Amino acid sequence: MSAITDDALQAAPATKARGYWATVGRRITRDKVSMACALILVLIFVSALCAPWLGLADPYQGSMIRRLRHIGTPNYPLGTDELGRDMLARLIYGGRLSLIIGILPVIFAFVIGTSLGLVAGYVGGKLNTAIMRTVDVFYAFPSVLLAIAISGALGAGIVNSIVSLTIVFVPQITRVAESVTTGVRNMDFVEAARASGAGPFTIMRVHMLGNVLGPIFVYATGLISVSMILAAGLSFLGLGTKPPEPEWGLMLNTLRTAIYVNPWVAALPGAMIFAVSICFNLLSDGMRSAMDIRN
Amino acid sequence: MLLYIARRIVYVIPIVISVALVCFLLVHITPGDPLVAVLPADASQELAAQLRTAYGFDRPLPVQFGLWLWRAVNGDLGHSIATGRPVLTEVLRAVGNTVTLAIAAALIGFTLGLFFGLIAGYFRDTWIDKVATSIAIAGVSVPHYWLGMVLVIIFSVQLNWLPAVGAGPGGSGAWGWDWEHLRYLILPAITTSVIPMGIITRTVRALTGDILSQDFVEALRAKGLRETDVFRHVIKNAAPTALAVMGLQLGYMLGGSILIETVFSWPGSGLLLNSAIFQRDLPLLQGTILVLALFFVALNLLVDIAQAAIDPRIKRS
Repeated sequence: MSAITDDALQAAPATKARGYWATVGRRITRDKVSMACALILVLIFVSALCAPWLGLADPYQGSMIRRLRHIGTPNYPLGTDELGRDMLARLIYGGRLSLIIGILPVIFAFVIGTSLGLVAGYVGGKLNTAIMRTVDVFYAFPSVLLAIAISGALGAGIVNSIVSLTIVFVPQITRVAESVTTGVRNMDFVEAARASGAGPFTIMRVHMLGNVLGPIFVYATGLISVSMILAAGLSFLGLGTKPPEPEWGLMLNTLRTAIYVNPWVAALPGAMIFAVSICFNLLSDGMRSAMDIRN
Repeated sequence: MLLYIARRIVYVIPIVISVALVCFLLVHITPGDPLVAVLPADASQELAAQLRTAYGFDRPLPVQFGLWLWRAVNGDLGHSIATGRPVLTEVLRAVGNTVTLAIAAALIGFTLGLFFGLIAGYFRDTWIDKVATSIAIAGVSVPHYWLGMVLVIIFSVQLNWLPAVGAGPGGSGAWGWDWEHLRYLILPAITTSVIPMGIITRTVRALTGDILSQDFVEALRAKGLRETDVFRHVIKNAAPTALAVMGLQLGYMLGGSILIETVFSWPGSGLLLNSAIFQRDLPLLQGTILVLALFFVALNLLVDIAQAAIDPRIKRS
């Protein structure tokens, strides 16, 4: 008799229902595409982070006699750029600035936009109108135009490019956060929390944040893809990073003149932007479908 | 319907004024003196003060905004510092080329997007769906300025089939609808079309899937409708949202053309904006952004109205 009870006790944890996030986590680790993207991103991140210890050539050291070598040249597996600098080293080092200027705006916008949207959605009324109408004004500009307008007015530079992209993304995240919050606010458990005496800050922090962060996070992950393209685009126009820094957008710009001499080396930095952008997009899609438990 | 249109227009007015305010303020967030571009390096204090008065920079900001807005409403966006020509003339001439490019790109992008979206949604989870969604995700993820470069590498540098830059033989003269000019349009138009193609594919695929899972489709099939007729119902139901997305995409193409126009030296509003930024030609910068943003707002208004015209449910909400 006691043996059966013991068995039942031991079996109990296995039948225990998994929590929401554990289920989402399990679903996403089973998604081959998402995992492949995550792996590629981790590789690019880690190699950019550890670039100085990878035994690469100096990404700033050029040489006039070995300019624009082709892909596959001995010692220069990915060729050299228009100033004779090693492309492999520059592409890996380039990940540092490119990822920073592409991802930071989304992180900043995530924090600011989520706060604004949460407050607008939870408080409602006049405050909601004030915040959301201001957001509408920024929606009246195509995002590329807005980013370039602000960057163009502020002048070239990494900080200015991050500021302008943050301004572009805040309204978008605010809108998503506001609509998700409005949806959650009217649910019974929030009403219950309010009835049991929780203040607005407690409700927002404890009861709302956990429920709205998921969808906003997924949206923001997808935005990183756009942000990478735009940030590199600003550098490509000459509005972001300044030479001689290795950065994919800027490298694409300076190599443009080389397309008649060594076209495929000139196209390499863009392939990096494309890879990062598509991985974030696929990862965002994977997370979205993993979180959609109904299916 | 008229009431709905009137209401939409009233709603747009504060947006237009705010857009103008943002464009006006752009010049004032600029570091340094806005006069820097016009003043000779060795200008005297008196000359600087004189010019400041001439441009009205010595007045309080709200007054400057009021005056600027009033002149803008009357079609006076000031003069380009670099060329001395009226900003409005410069912008309108360039916008024409951007519209040409956007329409060509829309023809390609919208057709492909609708086609891929419909078949992907209809044959959901088959290999057709997988191919179409892969193309779509590549379309929305590709840095389009890079794609432009790659196309130039393939079709201009290596194959020598199409011109790499410009908008016509003999420099950027008048545009004409003949093969000599169209050759120049092909690569920029394809490059511009990939993002809208991807977005429309994704939207239409989701729409089609949603509509097909609704009860009325089941009822149509039960009634004995042929699959092609069911498909017609799907298209009808997807149209309003698809139309809204296409309108928005057309606006993005008009306003966001700077990168592609820079790659192809296409003489449109984007290239104008580019030169305005690098020559610190602030009136031109301000005017170009204002005109493009107003285009975008007007286009959104048109889309809203068109959407309400084909879908009566929207008017009621």
